[in-house]
Amino acid sequence: MLRWILGGREAQSSAEEMIPCMNRLYLQLTSRPAKAESCQSYNSQLREITLTFLLMLPRCASAGDDGLVLVWNVETGERLQELRGHSQQITAITTITCKNEVTVNTSLITASSDRSLSLWDPDTGNRVQTISDLHSSVKCLLVLERLCVWLSGGEELCVWNRDFQLQCQRPNHSDTGITALIELPKNYIAAAMDKKIMIYSLTVSADSSVSAAEIRCLSDHQDQIRALINVNDGLFASGSHMGELILWNATDWNLLAYEHILWEESQAYNQTEIRMGAPKPSEMSIQHLTTNGNLILAAVGSGLYVYSVQTRSVVAYRKVAHDSNVLHTMLLSDSELMSCSEDGSVRMWEIQDLPLPAEPASSGFFGMWSFGRSNKQSGPPSKKVIDIPNIRMLELTGDLIGHSGAVQMFVSFKENGLVTCSADHLLILWKNGERQSRLRSLALFQKLEERGGL
Amino acid sequence: MIGSPDVVAFAKEDEYGQTSPDPWPLPEEFSVPLYPLADSNPWAKTSYAKFTKDFILISEFSEQVGPQPLLTIPDDPKVCGTFDLNYFSLRIMSVDYQASFVGHPPGTGYPRLSFVEDSRVVLGDSKEGAFAYVHHLTLYDLEARGFVRPFCMAYVAADEKKIMLQFQELSLRFSQASECLKAGNRRAFAKELQRKLRDLEYTHSVLQREEGLQREAGPQSMYSAHAVEKANELANVEKSIFEHRDLLKQISSYHHRPRRDPHAATYDDEEEEGVKRKLSYTPQLIKAKSAKCFDKRLKTLQELCDKTFYEATVELLKETERSFRGDLCYLYTRRLDKALQRKQRVTAFLFEEDLSDDDEDELGTLRPFCAVNHAVDNYVLLNPPPIVLTPEPHELDALERPEHLDPASETSVTQESELGLGESHLESSPSDQTLETQESSEETKGSFSSDKSGVGLAEMQQSLVSMKSEAPDPDSDLTPDPNHNLERESSSEEMETTAGEDEGENGGHQTPVSLLEVVSELEANREEECEGVSASELLVPIDTACCMAQEGFLYEASAPEAVPRLCQNSHLQPSQTLVVNQEPQALLPLQDDYTVGSPCSESPVTGLELPSGLLGDAVSRTSAEDGSDCTMSASTGSDQTASPLGYGAVVTLRQRKKAGQGALRFVRQYPFAIQALWCLLSGRTLVVLGADEGRVRRLVAALALFVPAPGKCGERVQAWLSCPFTLTDLQRWKLIGLQRVASPLGSSMLYSLSRYSRYISILDADQKTLRCPPYRGQLLANIADHRTYIRRGSTYFLHLQSTLCHLAAKTFLFTFTHHLHLPVSATEGPEVVESRRRCFLQEQLGLGEEDSQILLYLSQLITQQYLQPNGSSAAAPSFSFNYTTSILYKI
Repeated sequence: MLRWILGGREAQSSAEEMIPCMNRLYLQLTSRPAKAESCQSYNSQLREITLTFLLMLPRCASAGDDGLVLVWNVETGERLQELRGHSQQITAITTITCKNEVTVNTSLITASSDRSLSLWDPDTGNRVQTISDLHSSVKCLLVLERLCVWLSGGEELCVWNRDFQLQCQRPNHSDTGITALIELPKNYIAAAMDKKIMIYSLTVSADSSVSAAEIRCLSDHQDQIRALINVNDGLFASGSHMGELILWNATDWNLLAYEHILWEESQAYNQTEIRMGAPKPSEMSIQHLTTNGNLILAAVGSGLYVYSVQTRSVVAYRKVAHDSNVLHTMLLSDSELMSCSEDGSVRMWEIQDLPLPAEPASSGFFGMWSFGRSNKQSGPPSKKVIDIPNIRMLELTGDLIGHSGAVQMFVSFKENGLVTCSADHLLILWKNGERQSRLRSLALFQKLEERGGL
Repeated sequence: MIGSPDVVAFAKEDEYGQTSPDPWPLPEEFSVPLYPLADSNPWAKTSYAKFTKDFILISEFSEQVGPQPLLTIPDDPKVCGTFDLNYFSLRIMSVDYQASFVGHPPGTGYPRLSFVEDSRVVLGDSKEGAFAYVHHLTLYDLEARGFVRPFCMAYVAADEKKIMLQFQELSLRFSQASECLKAGNRRAFAKELQRKLRDLEYTHSVLQREEGLQREAGPQSMYSAHAVEKANELANVEKSIFEHRDLLKQISSYHHRPRRDPHAATYDDEEEEGVKRKLSYTPQLIKAKSAKCFDKRLKTLQELCDKTFYEATVELLKETERSFRGDLCYLYTRRLDKALQRKQRVTAFLFEEDLSDDDEDELGTLRPFCAVNHAVDNYVLLNPPPIVLTPEPHELDALERPEHLDPASETSVTQESELGLGESHLESSPSDQTLETQESSEETKGSFSSDKSGVGLAEMQQSLVSMKSEAPDPDSDLTPDPNHNLERESSSEEMETTAGEDEGENGGHQTPVSLLEVVSELEANREEECEGVSASELLVPIDTACCMAQEGFLYEASAPEAVPRLCQNSHLQPSQTLVVNQEPQALLPLQDDYTVGSPCSESPVTGLELPSGLLGDAVSRTSAEDGSDCTMSASTGSDQTASPLGYGAVVTLRQRKKAGQGALRFVRQYPFAIQALWCLLSGRTLVVLGADEGRVRRLVAALALFVPAPGKCGERVQAWLSCPFTLTDLQRWKLIGLQRVASPLGSSMLYSLSRYSRYISILDADQKTLRCPPYRGQLLANIADHRTYIRRGSTYFLHLQSTLCHLAAKTFLFTFTHHLHLPVSATEGPEVVESRRRCFLQEQLGLGEEDSQILLYLSQLITQQYLQPNGSSAAAPSFSFNYTTSILYKI
């Protein structure tokens, strides 16, 4: 019952709910701190959402550049708590659960640019613990429930226990510091820093103190590592700024596969047709990686790239899935995925089998929406399709338009809906209209019964 | 001619009418009763009246010039036309039946103020074609003869029936106005007295000083004529001081309660202000022989009453005049209309004008138009009071009257007695009234008094109580008694709402409602009283229309607080019997004697008892309460109607009717109107884009009629927006007027329009295009027919209302039919329910896909409203979209 989802992790089979609702989506808006206060300018970009399921009440927490963390009720869109304390933008947020004999408490750990770390009780809104005056600001957090410790990554790697006591500290020597942390089997940790992936081992000593030590440095990437994820028990994957996707063995840390996503054909296509010159590196930068164990979905520039772990090959891709950079993706099932982008849209895609070659690939159904470039350029992938035998189509099945700024992130709550957050200071809760109407009817007749009639 | 005989003949019941009885008769309570007018031409009455519409006349019986008209409402000479106000004033002032009791009664040393009750009379002048409800009252004036100035307020109408049937409401309204005037007058009078006293005291001191000087001057001057004169003067002044002190005591002992409404604050302020003024007042020497000039100027009505009170009164009367505009039929239909609307509470918020204010009125029963019985379930029906046009002699004993047995009506009884004679006549027998009016209409100039109603012993009992209740705080006029706060709790709920509402709506009016305190206090006292009084005493058949003069008297006598109750009773009763001069038949409540065609039936909901239906009963009951002598409740409606219109203001019916014209024009002008209407009704936001603000605003105002659940103040409509809108705006507004600008701002606006195109439809007022999803349904065809034959906006508005009402009814059915939304058995999946719903919509209601969307949207609104009636939930509202294509419609 108690689990946490951070980012795009754990996104299996919500497709039954999401896709049928494509025809009729119910949109529930939850505006940020109210219009009346708009003069004091809620100048924050929402960056991260963490959600917790607690006491059967789905909640989610959102953190912004204003240092404010808000806890929301996902069912009603109500704002439950406002966690104030950080003076600068929140850089990382995660949940940590403490299991007693009877109760299970979920707390929030937040890291901010003001070089502090805080532990919050989301039920009461109290700040339980604070650590300030760190050497550097923390960029990522990782909770190891198993060892009862959590790690913070910035310019140094710190290991903390539940009581916010520093267990050990490992400085590193790169300029950028640790940007991502994942847990590997056998108490190993992988940390992405600049172009390298550092493997640390954690050892728990007799007095239950934990120490970390560098074991190995993987430096196969040519450019800065942007994404680092666990794929399954035996694999993890990393993506770099210049479009390299590398699959690693999680136990012996060997390179298993190397894929350089270059959009070669389309690039040629572009060169001949539209403009000259090499593409900007950002057009092939891997912004985000997500996986469901079988497939890896990479957000590459403004396109999407689906990579199969088994066959070590690309399954489907679409070079221009959005009008600008894709910021977050999610695999809903083996065939359905979602992506959000700087252009303010959230799109839903389906991996479809290739139509007969004679049939022209069409995105006509959504032609009336503001597609802009994507319409023009939907040709190239399908051209490539012909060349590569087992490649499939990535077809748009729906989109959610509502944000007027870049959609930073979204989190799916399965049947409870979907939360998107954006740079326009809005958090939008999207729901299935039919389900909501059913729920309302249920509530109506319950109330009727309670009242004994009208 | 309309009134030509053949029309009458055609309307006569014949065998054709009888052969086909209506299979769906209208529920009886909604039918408008037919009046036995067959013998007379319904239009004849007004034909020879010299005025065009009803008006209110305030006249005074001036001690200098005799009866004179002071003021008419509306204050427009055209209203009265050639009608002779002077003559009519004479007529109405000549029927003052007030038991004026002025001057020095035998056995008392000082002049007495008479706390005279108002009297109510219906008077007919068939030669003039005028009938009037006449309300007499007296105001105090220190300079007037006997300290009283008689006034009267009259509601003058050409239709006698209107007055007779609205008698209670009129009485209620005028009582309120009268109370308002009198309270202001008491205040002014007390102030005047205080000044006079200061003058006298000052004079006294001056005279004493002079006398002292004389005494020092020596004994030879002691007996000079001058000295004697001075001494006499001094004695006179002393006497005068005593008299005035006594008068002040009398006036301030008048029932004057601490106010529980916010006006109490302003009241107090005024009080303080008064005190300050008093302090700053420099007393003047009073000449020994005050010149009793006959030509001295009498105070005007405004001076007699406090200005605020006077204005409140005029406002009340204006509201009264407004609310009684139109003929009886109109009043009835309006009443029916409201009653019907009230029945549709669940769906009324969708398209109907907001009734909540009226509802409050309803609870407070301040509004006269609420006399349809089904509107008031909370009132206990005692006996359905029918209206009989021929008098039925009821021989009911006063004690058998159900009112006296019903606890709910006790308040009225107490009130009545507290008020004394005047109020009691609200329940007094109208049978003789009716009779007399009829006579009066037959005779050329007959007038009669409805006053002098009999009051049962219980009432007398109450009057004792009331007197007693006054006794403990002789200065209650100025100081609030803490006890009242406790007693207030016992007051009935409707009373609470009355007061509360008055607070809320009267705004700056000085209209304190103190009735509550009175009633509750009386009730409280009455209860203990009842314990102490034996049953035999209760049964003593005394007709005690004890006038307040008497009461004041007795009260003076029993001023010491701890007078034993029984002692007091025994002391009081004989004195009251002395003043009984009532006609014994006037014992029946007014409402008992009116019946509309049908005899008095026992069922509470039989027929439409018009002004005196179940609610009429309640009205009269509360009218007695409301019209108590210490109540002034200003009309509440006037503020609303007078409030400036605009965004955020309550949308009134008048505005909506006006919008009907615009809507009709829109429908006739644009062939794609039906699509636009469909967008609004199915919950899709419609953006009216245009460069000309006036045109956009007009369009929005017209289209706002079609926005379901627009909110009390039209919150879901934004008439004019000149900045790009965001998603949150779409969440708030269902109809937006958007400025088209040719600037960078304009381009960002167009961007937002295209961005949110899935949520909105765009009506371009300049290019006359509409971009929205296609609508192919038939449901809206009859309200959006651009070849409609309807030419008038108000007609179209009514047509629209009926269609929308029909729609709301369908939606209600749909929303509250269980099996259309939820599975009947556990085995059923959502698909089964879905198909059942679709089947219902398509086959039983005959709605297509798009028409179903309207119903689904309305149903959603109803559900939300039902689940969160006040609409204030922590969760933000939601809206939905479909993936459908929009089409550009051109003219």
